[in-house]
Amino acid sequence: MMRTSDNPESRQASLLSSRRAFLRASLAVGGGLLLDLSIPGVMAAPPDSSPSWATLNAFVEISSDGIVTITSKNPEIGQGIKTMLPMLIAEELDVDWSSVRIEQALSDPARYGTQFAGGSRATPLNWDPLRRVGAAARQMLVSAAAQTWSVPAAECETKSGKVVHARTRRSLSYGRLASKAASIPPPDLASLPLKDPKDFKIIGKSHPGVDSPLVVTGKPLFGIDVTVPGMLYAVFVKSPVFGGSAVSANLDAIKSQPGIRDAFIVSGVGPFNGLASGVAIVANNWWLANKARDLLEVVWDEGATAAQSSEGFAQQALQLSAQAPATKVTSEGDVVQALASSATQLEAAYSYPFLSHATLEPQNCTAHFKNGKVEIWAPTQNPDAGRKIVAKTLGLTDADITIHMIRCGGGFGRRLMNDYMVEAAWISKQMGAPVKLLWNRQDDVQHDFYRPAGFHFFKAGLDGAGKLQAFKDHFISFGEGGKAASSADMGANEFPAKFVANLELGMSLMPFGVPTGPLRAPGSNALAFVFQSFIDEIAHAAGQDPLQYRIGLLGERRVVGAFDTGRMIDVLTTAGEKSGWGKRTAAKGSGMGVAFYYSHLGYFAEVVHATVGARGRVTVDKVWVVGDVGSQIINPTSAENQVQGAALDGIGEALGQAITLNNGRVLQSNFDDFPLLRMKQAPPVEVHFLKTDHPPTGLGEPALPPVIPALGNAIFAATGVRIRSLPIDPKLLA
Amino acid sequence: MQYTIQVNGKTQSLAADPQMPLLWVLRDVLELKGTKFGCGQSFCGACTVHLNGVPTRSCVTPISMVGSAAVTTIEAVAATPTGRAVQNAWLAVDVVQCGYCQAGQIMSASALLAKNPKPTDADIDQAMSGNICRCATYSRIRAAIKQAAGLPTVDSRDKFL
Repeated sequence: MMRTSDNPESRQASLLSSRRAFLRASLAVGGGLLLDLSIPGVMAAPPDSSPSWATLNAFVEISSDGIVTITSKNPEIGQGIKTMLPMLIAEELDVDWSSVRIEQALSDPARYGTQFAGGSRATPLNWDPLRRVGAAARQMLVSAAAQTWSVPAAECETKSGKVVHARTRRSLSYGRLASKAASIPPPDLASLPLKDPKDFKIIGKSHPGVDSPLVVTGKPLFGIDVTVPGMLYAVFVKSPVFGGSAVSANLDAIKSQPGIRDAFIVSGVGPFNGLASGVAIVANNWWLANKARDLLEVVWDEGATAAQSSEGFAQQALQLSAQAPATKVTSEGDVVQALASSATQLEAAYSYPFLSHATLEPQNCTAHFKNGKVEIWAPTQNPDAGRKIVAKTLGLTDADITIHMIRCGGGFGRRLMNDYMVEAAWISKQMGAPVKLLWNRQDDVQHDFYRPAGFHFFKAGLDGAGKLQAFKDHFISFGEGGKAASSADMGANEFPAKFVANLELGMSLMPFGVPTGPLRAPGSNALAFVFQSFIDEIAHAAGQDPLQYRIGLLGERRVVGAFDTGRMIDVLTTAGEKSGWGKRTAAKGSGMGVAFYYSHLGYFAEVVHATVGARGRVTVDKVWVVGDVGSQIINPTSAENQVQGAALDGIGEALGQAITLNNGRVLQSNFDDFPLLRMKQAPPVEVHFLKTDHPPTGLGEPALPPVIPALGNAIFAATGVRIRSLPIDPKLLA
Repeated sequence: MQYTIQVNGKTQSLAADPQMPLLWVLRDVLELKGTKFGCGQSFCGACTVHLNGVPTRSCVTPISMVGSAAVTTIEAVAATPTGRAVQNAWLAVDVVQCGYCQAGQIMSASALLAKNPKPTDADIDQAMSGNICRCATYSRIRAAIKQAAGLPTVDSRDKFL
């Protein structure tokens, strides 16, 4: 098996055997921290002279020679969490980063609290609790030193992995103290003092990714790299129409192919995120299993959605737009009267397509079902949800399932769903052997939980001075029974709600049969485009500068619900300054656009400079991003990387991506028809953070939404053509 | 069929279907997991290796076509000073997000620098646009290539500095 720490195997084995004796710390849901006062355990030194390890809590172990092992509890999907969470602990523990080794936790919520990668939540959920975990361990080490020296703990200080008693000029390393410290009862976490941020030595300094040396040397690190002795390889062929089921297949012909161990039909259980129906092919190596698909003939019962199409949804949306919205999301004033009395009226229809996540590492999972228990090695963003689905589908209990969280080759929300985990577990059970299931790219593109498409029918009215006095959106989305599908909803706080005297946001839902789910900045990645583009139209209709018009809309510095207008005004203003907004003379065919968006507790304003060339070809020349995510950027190198990546991700979506359905099927199948952004298309992205007196919040997502409307608005400035539909169609610009 | 190929300076003999792509021979026969599967059709570059120093998409290179060519994978790219410089620059610039594409990126970058030790931004665009980074670490990949080449890391395409 792969390992992500450089500690010797023997230590790992002995650690595992001593897990039960550990002092347990766990993070309660919502971020509260409890230390469970079970018997603290100190590992006996092995017979050889290797160092002994003392466990101070669920996250911190210290060796007799001063190496500190910190457990990182959350899945690593490229967001840098395996580096960042241990930084929080190490800071308050007061050790040198160079003495820290990091281990990836198993999925064990009872021990570590919630473990997931999603919603840019890791920073707000862990900023305070994990620093307290480090501070608690530090205090136990201080107490151990104070007892050793018979001095008051209050006279002891810590520095770089040592406890120091200045008056008597004594010091002891954490390594020497660890064994004694582990027997000291843990302190009350809530009352522990934390460092003044001005004293931070690790937080706020750039720390490269802890796994990067393994990445650049090609060490096995990802789910697809997992090897289990005796492992077989599987593909799982699902119905091209969602929810369809396999009726029959030429299984005997498949089984007669070289290297094929078995082929069988899986009936399927439950909803989209359960176990789909399909044909499993299991072989001695994956390429043989995948190759056998060339000969596979399956009779599918395609089910109820074999006629659905993107074109059909668009037509249905247009029809629904003529009716009143089925539900009112929010309503203020009298929008009908205000529209009628407006000096200027605007009307525009916007739309965006389904999108796939397209993680570069296709979905995969290795599972070993044995004696009623299953061990799983999964690249997953949400391991405990996977455990529950596997338990339900295979008729097991949670305790029967062990999940190793393996580094993910990208997440973007795709691996919040664990359909591939269920498939691997099921196939392993059928085979009675460990199985690595790997999807090919076509499987991955055609069996996603897609960002839902959407259709918005806007109206706006301005008074004679250009002030926005009426705003209306009829959002045609997907869902049933008045309930929007996953990531297909809109909230009552969608800006400019609460900022216009007369406003109505309404929704109508179309029933459909497409699996949907969160894609990086879910909801926001689509809503930012339509709202910030239409607001741009309004600003132009008012004859005003689009940046200044937005600041005017935000109005007084105040807090509206959870939204702080002052923070947004400041990022907008700074984005204007950094980009030279209003001060540049655009070349012919070039222009600048601006947009802002508040999501995942982060305030972001972005400016795009774009050029439209021959045949409507769009070149993004540069992006300026200004963000406010609170008082502290924890790991600046990673923060900048995330923000640049998020902005470029949005540009990639806008320039070329769409999942299209016809006859119930996804038409795209690989990166030729679902293009991801490439080097030559990627502009420089300049990133600035405003540090404000607010708790730090997450960065995986909130930089993405505003870049898409900023690009569309730049194209309007360059050409006078308004982008109202994604992806951007060069034919409209030629 | 029986094949004898040269991988990372070692002679490897193995039995495989003639159509089996080099990618899967490397990963599942020779247990060299550093070379990655992304698309299977040469669109993404995650599977890039060197054949006699030429960056090659191993996912569409059948084992029967490898012949006596010297195959170099990410596991041995550091055997050349250029390859090592590229790896070191990748770490110094802190390029990696998820990391899945980076083996292929490093193979393309080291092949570029071996042929063209002082590439321009246009050269980098040309050589690297076959390698997708889904996390879009492109700014840092560009900077790391220049750093490995001993060039200033400023992006010459940026007209707004």
